[in-house]
Amino acid sequence: MSGFSIDAGRLAAHKRRKRVNALALALSLAAMAFGVFWLLWILFETVRLGASGLSWQVFTEMTPAPQAEVGGLANAIYGSLMMVGLATLIATPIGVMAGVYLAEYGRNAWLGRITQFINDILLSAPSIVIGLFIYSVVVARFKAFSGWAGVMALSLIVIPVVIRTTENMLALVPNAMREAAYALGTPKWKVILSITLKSARSGVLTGVLLAVARISGETAPLLFTALSNQFWTSNLREPMASLPVTIFKFAMSPYENWQQLAWAGVFLITLGVLALNIVARVAFRNKH
Amino acid sequence: MDAKVEWPMTDTAKISVKDLNFYYGRFHALKHINMEIPDKKVTAFIGPSGCGKSTLLRTFNRMFELYPEQRAEGQITVDGQNVLDRGLDVSLIRAKVGMVFQKPTPFPMSIYDNIAFGVKLFESLSRVEMDERVEWALKKAALWNEVKDKLGQSGSGLSGGQQQRLCIARGIAIKPEVLLLDEPCSALDPISTGKIEELIDELKSDYTVLIVTHNMQQAARCSDYTAYMYLGDLIEFGPTRELFMKPKRRETEDYITGRFG
Repeated sequence: MSGFSIDAGRLAAHKRRKRVNALALALSLAAMAFGVFWLLWILFETVRLGASGLSWQVFTEMTPAPQAEVGGLANAIYGSLMMVGLATLIATPIGVMAGVYLAEYGRNAWLGRITQFINDILLSAPSIVIGLFIYSVVVARFKAFSGWAGVMALSLIVIPVVIRTTENMLALVPNAMREAAYALGTPKWKVILSITLKSARSGVLTGVLLAVARISGETAPLLFTALSNQFWTSNLREPMASLPVTIFKFAMSPYENWQQLAWAGVFLITLGVLALNIVARVAFRNKH
Repeated sequence: MDAKVEWPMTDTAKISVKDLNFYYGRFHALKHINMEIPDKKVTAFIGPSGCGKSTLLRTFNRMFELYPEQRAEGQITVDGQNVLDRGLDVSLIRAKVGMVFQKPTPFPMSIYDNIAFGVKLFESLSRVEMDERVEWALKKAALWNEVKDKLGQSGSGLSGGQQQRLCIARGIAIKPEVLLLDEPCSALDPISTGKIEELIDELKSDYTVLIVTHNMQQAARCSDYTAYMYLGDLIEFGPTRELFMKPKRRETEDYITGRFG
């Protein structure tokens, strides 16, 4: 190595940097491998135990009695879809509008700061607390477990997530974009609707989908609100079955057929959440 | 400081600024600005960073109003109407006084809709009329040939220089009378800059163009009048050739000859 001389001190510093870099890389790879290891194991077990229990009956039959010959999860699947769907429909507009308020109107207002603070608390509240809250204000008052109570509890989990993502995504829209829109004489509501929300669209929708993925696996908020139901019901004023609660009940039972169905349910939820995540990534990739 | 300016009597004033003061909170950013900006000419604003040239530009369409701590006092009349009059609808001012910013900001929509967006705010045109308007604006901004086959594609897919011309097209599509350009070339390469400068030269036959630039050569190349500002004062304002060839004030001479500071 001649003709290209490097000062010895610099060379030592350079070698040290390379060593530190290699160490940091090794540590982060190890951390990644640790996470992926458990994730893959969970997926593997879910597929191994769940896929074998999957059949048409799972989708067509109601949750069975212990040790019954036939039985499925039809009522639980329907209940989950119903409650998660309604909670999303109710919570998304509220969350998006509150997020717009925080990002576009209340940035320096005291009401904005207070809302932000409360939302942060709500965001980190354990879901069982939200379940118990709805139990005490709705279920206990009307003396009935119901699908609606479940929907309310799930909505309360979705709202803070959507508020936070909407606010963050809107804050990422460069101010130059807003100024350019205002410079054309655009009124504020139109700037928000057609320019800022539109630029932040994919981020906001991703937030909504991630919130949906989260509530589709929530058990605690449904346990005290929608309870469960052995039979088919589409009446939201009655107790309603859901996949997570059914899994909770069946997995803890000593009956083989219930355990089998619990695994099938776990498989379905995992698959659903995975599909939602993939949709969130692919369909809402930034197009503009 | 008061810079008295004379220009050939053939040029009439489009904008006149009377005793304009501007504040960022407590900071006094523009001090007693008085000037008359001629119609259908290019007027350049030069001066070191922080001298207030962009601030001044942002008062002409009341852009500063977006920020509650900023305020302007005095008078800016465009065609005899005081722009700073609180009773005047800011949308109407901005329809008349368009603006293009430093960084290209295509909206998150197609090239066509980028142009149509502003037009729809003020006019309801038929499909055919809108097509014509979009084509007219893109041609005016010298972008038509490059985008005519992909009007449906996203505006952010264009190159930086094309995006900036799209922003200019968007600005002129609503048929303003005054065009404010806030360092429109600072984010662009020399070739794109050249195209925009040619464009500015053509635009002045229909519009009153005000351009802020930190590039003195650019001011010399494409403006008819130049204003030199320093620390919130308008130091000198006059025909570009005169200002650069024989500046009346010592400060101006120091700045344009690079002896500044």
